[in-house]
Amino acid sequence: MKQLLSKETQSIIYGKQLKAVQRMLDFDYISQRKIPSIACIIDPNGSGIETAFFGSKEIIIPVYNTISDAAKHHPDATVMINFASYRSAFETTVQALDISTIELITVIAEGIPERKERIMEVLAKEKGKIIIGPATVGGIAAGKFRIGNAGGSVENLIASKLYRSGSVGLVTKSGGMLNEMFNIVARAADGINEGIAIGGDRYPCSSLIDHLLRYEENGEIKFHVMLGEVGGKEEYKIVEALRDGKIKKPLIAWVTGTCAKIFPTEVQFGHAGARASGKQETADAKNIALKEAGAIVPDSFDGLFEKIKEVYDNLKPQGIPGKIEEFTPPDIPIDYKKAIKEGIVRHHKEFITTISDDRGEEVKYAGIPLSQIIEEGKSIGDVIGLLWLKKKLPEYATKFIELVVEIVADHGPCVSGAHNAIVAARAGKDLVSALASGMLTIGPRFGGAIDGAGHYFKWAKDNELTPKKFVDEMKKKSTPIPGIGHRVKSIRNPDKRVELLKNYAREYFPKTEYLDYALEVEKITTAKKENLILNVDGCTGVLLVDLMKSIGFTNEEIEKRINAGVLNAFFVLGRSIGIIGHIIDQKLLETKLYRTPYEDVFYTLPKEEEL
Amino acid sequence: MAQRGIREYAAKKLLSKYINEYSSRKFQYKDEVALVSPENSIETIAEKNNWIKEKHLVVKPDQLFGKRGKHNLVLLNTTYDEAKKWINERMGKVVEIGKTKGPLTHFLVEPFVPHTKEYYIAIKTEQNGDKIYFSETGGVEIEENWEKVKEYFVPILKTIEDIELANINEKIKEFIKTLHKIFVDLDFTYLEINPFAIVDSKIVPLDLVARLDDTALFWDKDKWGDIEFPIPFGRIFTKEEQFIKGLDEKTGASLKLTLLNPKGDVWLMVAGGGASVVYADTVIDLGYGKELANYGEYSGNPSEEETYLYAKTILDLMTKEKNPKGKILIIGGGIANFTDVAKTFKGIIRAIREYKDKIKENNVKIYVRRGGPNYKQGLTFMKNLGEETGIPIEVYGPELHMTRIVGIALKGER
Repeated sequence: MKQLLSKETQSIIYGKQLKAVQRMLDFDYISQRKIPSIACIIDPNGSGIETAFFGSKEIIIPVYNTISDAAKHHPDATVMINFASYRSAFETTVQALDISTIELITVIAEGIPERKERIMEVLAKEKGKIIIGPATVGGIAAGKFRIGNAGGSVENLIASKLYRSGSVGLVTKSGGMLNEMFNIVARAADGINEGIAIGGDRYPCSSLIDHLLRYEENGEIKFHVMLGEVGGKEEYKIVEALRDGKIKKPLIAWVTGTCAKIFPTEVQFGHAGARASGKQETADAKNIALKEAGAIVPDSFDGLFEKIKEVYDNLKPQGIPGKIEEFTPPDIPIDYKKAIKEGIVRHHKEFITTISDDRGEEVKYAGIPLSQIIEEGKSIGDVIGLLWLKKKLPEYATKFIELVVEIVADHGPCVSGAHNAIVAARAGKDLVSALASGMLTIGPRFGGAIDGAGHYFKWAKDNELTPKKFVDEMKKKSTPIPGIGHRVKSIRNPDKRVELLKNYAREYFPKTEYLDYALEVEKITTAKKENLILNVDGCTGVLLVDLMKSIGFTNEEIEKRINAGVLNAFFVLGRSIGIIGHIIDQKLLETKLYRTPYEDVFYTLPKEEEL
Repeated sequence: MAQRGIREYAAKKLLSKYINEYSSRKFQYKDEVALVSPENSIETIAEKNNWIKEKHLVVKPDQLFGKRGKHNLVLLNTTYDEAKKWINERMGKVVEIGKTKGPLTHFLVEPFVPHTKEYYIAIKTEQNGDKIYFSETGGVEIEENWEKVKEYFVPILKTIEDIELANINEKIKEFIKTLHKIFVDLDFTYLEINPFAIVDSKIVPLDLVARLDDTALFWDKDKWGDIEFPIPFGRIFTKEEQFIKGLDEKTGASLKLTLLNPKGDVWLMVAGGGASVVYADTVIDLGYGKELANYGEYSGNPSEEETYLYAKTILDLMTKEKNPKGKILIIGGGIANFTDVAKTFKGIIRAIREYKDKIKENNVKIYVRRGGPNYKQGLTFMKNLGEETGIPIEVYGPELHMTRIVGIALKGER
């Protein structure tokens, strides 16, 4: 009889279980398999490729959308490991049963209704196929094939010698006890040949006896170990097979759940099937029946080890378990992430951040958890303080920041930012593109004066230039003073926005030394020309310098921030609100493509002879 | 989870809701059934259900136990006033059914139906199909008349329509078909009506036991409505069990505690569902069943806080009353798949530190056995804890098989 699980067996993994995939490949590597045990993955939500390691080599694993597609491309894959949830495990298993190349299916999900389980079981038997599960971790053919996560960590695979075949056939109900049994068998005898957990449900799709009978046919297996469980009548099929002489190899058996009898009321253990309905289903009754039928049954689980050892030591001199060729399995290269965690390797970081951390339970702004910010009723001004200045700002400062944002939020559709955004929106561009188109006009001539004003007024005042001297110096350089001058507003027709800012700062700021200086400058410039007032950009710029000074930044720290564009950032942030508004407005109005009319363009081209 | 018993009341409600539809309008079963509980008195029910005061009634406890007649817990052919009195006398009263004691809390009330002949039907599930048992001699003597029971088998891939129900009259045949269709469609796993009667060509279920497959909830929640899965009769949770149950319900992990004998001196705190059963088994199989204080399991990667609370609860319970012989705590477990053993021990260690004085006063010896990822570090933590606190803690890994520490702890075997 051909063995279901060999060193050549390949499988299809249903569900994007990349950890299980890697664990199977690690098993392959230490078992010195030539080809990976995984042919492909099925992902009902997508297709393409995944990569995983086969030793230290990275390999590509194809991902298909459907079972039939996967099977068509990989007709050699005879096993499907079904990680689908309990909701879809039934449908996907039935589909797989219909595919001729798939011979064995393992169903991992727990909580599949019993009726569906029974249908799967009968369908599988009708088609001559085997289902392991549901509600199981699967199992292992030692040194040949690992089903999913069975066997646990690599250290455990090695400790229990699962990387090479022993001579014991093991079948259990419980998947959780599989590792323990692997360990016991490796210590008491020469290790597992095949070990399967059939799953803890009442109607598993393959039963203990199905696997024992398979082991009977497997020449490498010299004796059996079976671990049953209270509830159900599975174990009686073994009793029958023992009586009928269908099980000829020694069988060491134990049924767990003998403790159920001392519980005060009917008890349902963790497994769905682990509840005795009637005396026949108790662990004690089953242990007695197995013993009477000829199985080797210890007095308690604790005696299993000794019984296995006895059987092995008895068979060994007869040469029944042959000599096993021992080898040292190759080491699995340690995963980079794990090595970092354990401090084995070090590595230069590519990125550095000092303002925000999203790695923990929740994001932190400058070290403060977001929930705390919300619970304390903090405003957007506080958030800007944390993320831009890394400071917990006093209330006057956060309110001022909000005032600035409100004031600069919009200035009508005609200014270059809004205009460009509107043109882009009308050309059918999306919000982000239209916004970018508008924002990209912010610079030295549009909006950028805040930076310039902050920079020049600060430089002048810090260098103790008199306002007169400063105006003269700028004139000498023939540079207009940034933040001075307005198209229509003048000293007699002041800009409302500037008044708002000035009044606020005068009332709440501890000091307004740069504003005071700028106003001295304004006196000189307006004396020359009425509209050379300190405009909204200028006022914002100097007041933001005043603000940074008042919250404790040194001159150098303020300059660094100005150079980094912090002042301009307030305009960028505020104005993006207005520009987004214009874009949404245009979209809702469904305005058509904009084209500048001919009459608005002064066409003056050179004559040919001028060229 | 698994097969779970439902109240007779709930099952009869389901039948009354579906029997008409599933029988293509051939049968009806009037929705005249009520459940009296501490929260819902018979007076309250009577306000909305005129039949209770108008008809003669049957009253019986509805708490997932059988043989109610034998225990004198069925009141037949009674009036509203008598029923009220009967229930009031019994509500909250502790009765003993078999080995189990528990208070009466729920009573089923329904109209009394005079009848002459009693029929029996039961449907149960087997691996390859459903088995139907039917008899024209139902009632309390069903077991004595078992040879008269007819058996039919519906293979899992077939429907009841494919099966020949030989030697049954047409009406009952229709009823069996209807019942099996409901059984399949509503994911029943057991349904026994013993007896039912045929009165004025209507089918009346008199006594009924049912279980549903609760894993089908995802598919059946609309059909089932607000179904209740009551805890088994007599299962009363102590404060501590209730606390652990609450923890368990709040987390994705599994935390279980059943007190078996609070005066016992062998306490278990075992990682893993399968392993926890095996540890409890082994204590009993080695002859210490009477001393076993609890069944305890933690698994599914509980957080440090959860294992701390879990360990604290057990330590608190086991240090309540001193025992001159001293006590034993087994912190056991198999070989974990991927759970970080050292991490899960942290919560337990915190609890032991907190209780170190009480542990010493009570002369508690601790035995630890565990394997799996990072187990060496976990065991070292435990060893160090023993040295730090002076509590005798013996520590073993996979070099010893899982239950060996039970023998070492109980019999001093090495």
